[in-house]
Amino acid sequence: MKQQNLITTDKYIELLRFTTAGSVDDGKSTLIGRLLYDSKSIFQDQYDAIEEVSKRRGEEGVNFALLTDGLKAEREQGITIDVAYRYFTTPKRKFIIADTPGHIQYTRNMVTGASTANVALVLIDARQGVLEQTRRHAIIASLLQIPHLVICINKMDLVDYSQEIYDRIHDEFEAFAGKLDVHDVSFIPISALRGDNVVDRSPNMPWYEGSTLLYYLENVHIASDYNFIDCRFPVQYVVRPYTDEYHDYRGYAGRIAGGIFKKGDEVMLLPSGFTTKISKIETYDGELEEAFPPMSVTMHIEDDFDVSRGDMIVRVNNVPRQDQDVDLMICWFNERPLRENGKYLLRHTTKEARCIIREVRYRMDVNTLHRDVASKQINMNDIARITIRSTVPLFVDAYNKNRITGSVILIDEGTNETVAAGMVI
Amino acid sequence: MKYYLNHLEELESESIFILREVAAQFENPVILFSGGKDSILMVYLAIKAFHPARVPFPLLHIDTGHNFPETLEYRDWLVNHYNLRMNVGSVQKAIDEGKIKEEKGFNASRNNLQTYVLLDELEKGKYDAALGGGRRDEEKARAKERFFSHRDEFGQWDPKNQRPELWNLFNGRKHFGEHFRVFPISNWTELDVWRYLAVEEFPLPNLYFAHMRKVFERDGVLLPDCEYITRRPDEMVKEELIRCRTIGDMTCTGVWRSSASTIEDIIQEVAVSRLTERGGRADDKRSETSMEDRKKQGYF
Ligand SMILES: Nc1nc2c(ncn2[C@@H]2O[C@H](COP(=O)(O)OP(=O)(O)O)[C@@H](O)[C@H]2O)c(=O)[nH]1
Repeated sequence: MKQQNLITTDKYIELLRFTTAGSVDDGKSTLIGRLLYDSKSIFQDQYDAIEEVSKRRGEEGVNFALLTDGLKAEREQGITIDVAYRYFTTPKRKFIIADTPGHIQYTRNMVTGASTANVALVLIDARQGVLEQTRRHAIIASLLQIPHLVICINKMDLVDYSQEIYDRIHDEFEAFAGKLDVHDVSFIPISALRGDNVVDRSPNMPWYEGSTLLYYLENVHIASDYNFIDCRFPVQYVVRPYTDEYHDYRGYAGRIAGGIFKKGDEVMLLPSGFTTKISKIETYDGELEEAFPPMSVTMHIEDDFDVSRGDMIVRVNNVPRQDQDVDLMICWFNERPLRENGKYLLRHTTKEARCIIREVRYRMDVNTLHRDVASKQINMNDIARITIRSTVPLFVDAYNKNRITGSVILIDEGTNETVAAGMVI
Repeated sequence: MKYYLNHLEELESESIFILREVAAQFENPVILFSGGKDSILMVYLAIKAFHPARVPFPLLHIDTGHNFPETLEYRDWLVNHYNLRMNVGSVQKAIDEGKIKEEKGFNASRNNLQTYVLLDELEKGKYDAALGGGRRDEEKARAKERFFSHRDEFGQWDPKNQRPELWNLFNGRKHFGEHFRVFPISNWTELDVWRYLAVEEFPLPNLYFAHMRKVFERDGVLLPDCEYITRRPDEMVKEELIRCRTIGDMTCTGVWRSSASTIEDIIQEVAVSRLTERGGRADDKRSETSMEDRKKQGYF
């Protein structure tokens, strides 16, 4: 029997991942530092350290941005240049922040941080309003299908907490967001520096009736961010003990990528197309009646078919697309530009295959959504639509149906670098 | 029936996914076992990930010769109880063979020497992936670490040359001679680790719980009195009720006055604590960026 009582208040908290985006100096680091500080996730020695550095630099007050500065070189340059992960917990949720920088050349970092996020925070400096970068961040959030978008209109203290300015930015953004594939957008006027509407309601903006940022993050409904309809189980690893006790044991280990699998379900094995039944779903802690994303489990099937890593177990009447030709929206990650007709390695769920980039359809301007069909040169940080052909059929879903079975990465065979992130159209 | 996992279940699932990915993508992985709760957690998750099969990787323990005896006892229990395989790399042996030189002086520690033996063992074992119990919340330099962290043929980490990690897609491809460090529990915080181990009721080394021990104070840190540390004349030994918050070498692991005798007490203590975990390790105090420096040398 396992103990349940000792962490009763915390046992059932959920995990929420969010990403932050904003132009340089919009106040991202300050906001994150503020969230960490106000949620008491900063320890005394950390606080003492940044207080001292702030003093040494002659800054007034404590610079929360210092909390999230990572590596030496960056500290010296005074900018963040990669994705860094931060953690804080409140009695309601555990949060993982993917902190990504806002420079034009770092689209790829934002894409990386966005890939696993439930929520994207986009910061706008109230004095500047909606900028080109703001549009870019929102476009990336919509491309990556982050389920919830929060527009934080920051530095309200510098515009006298003006409702008029807030309304103007709100309307301008909303007009633009109408063109995007985003479903859930919220707006919050804040001052990251002074703390207005971050954790505590601001007495300075009585006209704002919505929730504070932390309240939003603690309560936004994320339980349905996974696909619970289309059953997808990519086989990750075959467990074979080779012991006397478990002589004929053959379990298919993996993480549920979609749908709810139940013991006894009639399933199809891909690519073979054979059908069988789930005889058992188990974990170390025992058997389960059903399994859903993102659980890691081990499945057993009734018949003795050969299943290996890269195969997929699905429901008989609900199968993914099986195709060698796949259209993708990609973000190019590498300094060396995309080679049309070039060969790359591809990873999709637990499958690795070779592919060739057959065509660049268009390059998308991430600031305007404009499709440039004449542009075939795809460089680092570019977003483009391409067609690939893989050597073996892939079992894919559209990315907007399932972020797990709808995503791929491309790898350069020469350097082994990850050169692109792709979303199935 | 609610179709969501709580945060500990989700962290567990993520870590198990990473461990299975390592088994699938690498030929010769190894678990770096330090004796601390994070590497214990990692071993336990590996047991879960491959159950009922044996964990498909051996453990590698770098024995500095300055361990708490309790650490070695626990290690041997773990290995026997779960039918694991283990290799030990000895710092003492490397010193005796003249490959490395012992630090001298009052604050001498074998922490830096560990790096040499570790890299040597990794090379000898031809391991292509070394699993570590590092967590991103531990220290600033760790916040940017990937799950799959690429090392060049010299075992070096280059923060500028790390591969982007998206979705659940991990790229473990490498050239001959290169290897990876993999951190399956990256997303766990100290409190998550304790809570999980408590819920699971997994046995832990006694060092974590309050016990009487002979200690003395140096630069504001309580250190265990032992044959490996030369005390200054003014450093008085007292017997106190203490516990370890992290487990490392006796020479540089600060211990804490504490009466926490159960894991629930520990959780209480950690939850209200105003000092980070590593704040108690003398080796990190050497310079503000010491973790980052050691990491570049291949320690992690
Ligand atoms: N007045 C005011 N200043 C802010 C606010 N948020 C951030 N700042 C300041 O704006 C500057 C840039 O903030 P920082 O957090 O480093 O921006 P980042 O580049 O987006 O991480 C710093 O000097 C902050 O103190 C705010 O809400 N009000």
